[in-house]
Amino acid sequence: MDVIFGNLDLWSEALTNTLMVFVFGGIIALVLGIIVGAMRVSPVPIARAVGTVYVNLVRNTPLTLVFFFFVFGYPQLGLPDMSNTVLGILAIGIYTATYVAEVLRAGINTVPVGQAEAARAIGLPFGQVMTLIIMPQAFRSVVPPMMSVFIALLKNTTVAAGFAISELAALRATINDAPGRPGNPMEVLLWVAVVFVALVLLMSWGQRTLENKWRIAR
Amino acid sequence: MRRTRTLAGLGIATVALLALTACNSGTPSDPGGDAGGDDSSGSSTPWTVAKDVKLDGSPTFDAMKERDGVVIGVKEDQPGLGYLDVTTGERTGFDVDIARWIAASLGFDEKQIEFKPIASANREQSIVNGDIDYYVGTYSINDKRKEQIDFAGPYFITGQGLLVAKDAPEADKLEDFNGKTVCSATGSTPIQNIKANFPEIKTQEYDLYSACVEDLISGKVDAVTTDQAILIGYAAQYPDDVKVTGGLFTEERYGVGLPKGDDALRAHINTLFTDGGDIWQQIFDNNLGDSGIKVEQPAVDAY
Repeated sequence: MDVIFGNLDLWSEALTNTLMVFVFGGIIALVLGIIVGAMRVSPVPIARAVGTVYVNLVRNTPLTLVFFFFVFGYPQLGLPDMSNTVLGILAIGIYTATYVAEVLRAGINTVPVGQAEAARAIGLPFGQVMTLIIMPQAFRSVVPPMMSVFIALLKNTTVAAGFAISELAALRATINDAPGRPGNPMEVLLWVAVVFVALVLLMSWGQRTLENKWRIAR
Repeated sequence: MRRTRTLAGLGIATVALLALTACNSGTPSDPGGDAGGDDSSGSSTPWTVAKDVKLDGSPTFDAMKERDGVVIGVKEDQPGLGYLDVTTGERTGFDVDIARWIAASLGFDEKQIEFKPIASANREQSIVNGDIDYYVGTYSINDKRKEQIDFAGPYFITGQGLLVAKDAPEADKLEDFNGKTVCSATGSTPIQNIKANFPEIKTQEYDLYSACVEDLISGKVDAVTTDQAILIGYAAQYPDDVKVTGGLFTEERYGVGLPKGDDALRAHINTLFTDGGDIWQQIFDNNLGDSGIKVEQPAVDAY
């Protein structure tokens, strides 16, 4: 336990950074993902095309490369300075948004066509068909896969360790080499794994709750 | 019809894969050949490969003998010290030559050496796991590391220095960087020094120093700090963008990382360094002589 209590300052910093990347990255992913998911099923051809290009381009690029582009490429574009943590959050958010969009699209496809047709028949425009009829139903049916996307997002935060964001995965190197810090790399990794399992269990519990609450009788 | 096409596709893929594998197995010998050609043209190999080496009681050496080759952990992004030219596949640098010299003293020639690039943060673990036989790559001897591994040497002494942008003002103390951002490798000795003693300096940590230098050139950090020997290499590589400034803030003693408890191999390398004569100086002159820094071979600390 020395490895935890002897390095409490490092653990709290690392956990905060991991959760920050996860939460803010998750918000970006959700908002952007919903927009892109809606674009991919919209009746406007240009919106569909943009959505398709975005999903296929970003989803097929390894996350490390997306990070690399944001952390090392972005500063050379002459845009406003941002800290590596912010750039990392952008990278992981934009990357995960493609998965959110695809999961949502799958959810939208599970909503019977009749629902959309009925909505259009009573004169609702596309925006309202989406927000009032389709999306609420789609959301309910995609809770489990959506949670998988977010669990993957949580674990993907470890990629940030290679880009100067001092989160949980970076702890091993820091604790291992600091003079006077108790613990060896294997102990640290073991505890990092325990923390991740605990966080994922928490999310699984959230998934259960949502599933039970939102269950639809079909 | 469809089935045949799939089969044909699979066949093509297999052939392609085999072809690729064939290429792959042929490549490693090429850089070795190139390096060999280079070596004969100059006096870049002042050492000779020993014959019929016997080293009793060294499990690491037994393992090398068994696989008829030696696996050495190195850096490959530090010009002048441990550098891999990706276009020619040639490895150069002071540390790499020291590694070759040790291999030669154990009876292994260039073709029997396999170099493995290992980032600073993973060095102890690779040695403990037995992924490499020994590590030569700007590896500072310190007590925390000695708990996990052993060191032969030191073979080089340098100290923490600073690399700043070409147009930055000269800085001769670390306090000049209060409130600014300084970059170094994750878990490296210099970054620990700053975190422990200069809490007002912001830090940024990457796995590789080259990423720090990248950030320095793009202006995201104000300085890169690590051992001056490493920084001089970068200053030579990007003379228009960066410069070394200030003196040495600490003393870092580079050693050869060895599996813990292999006293026979440690004694062998220490003896090699002690009795090497001019070879050390020649290796130094070949790799770092042009940098202008003057260094004597340090005395071995056979603890």
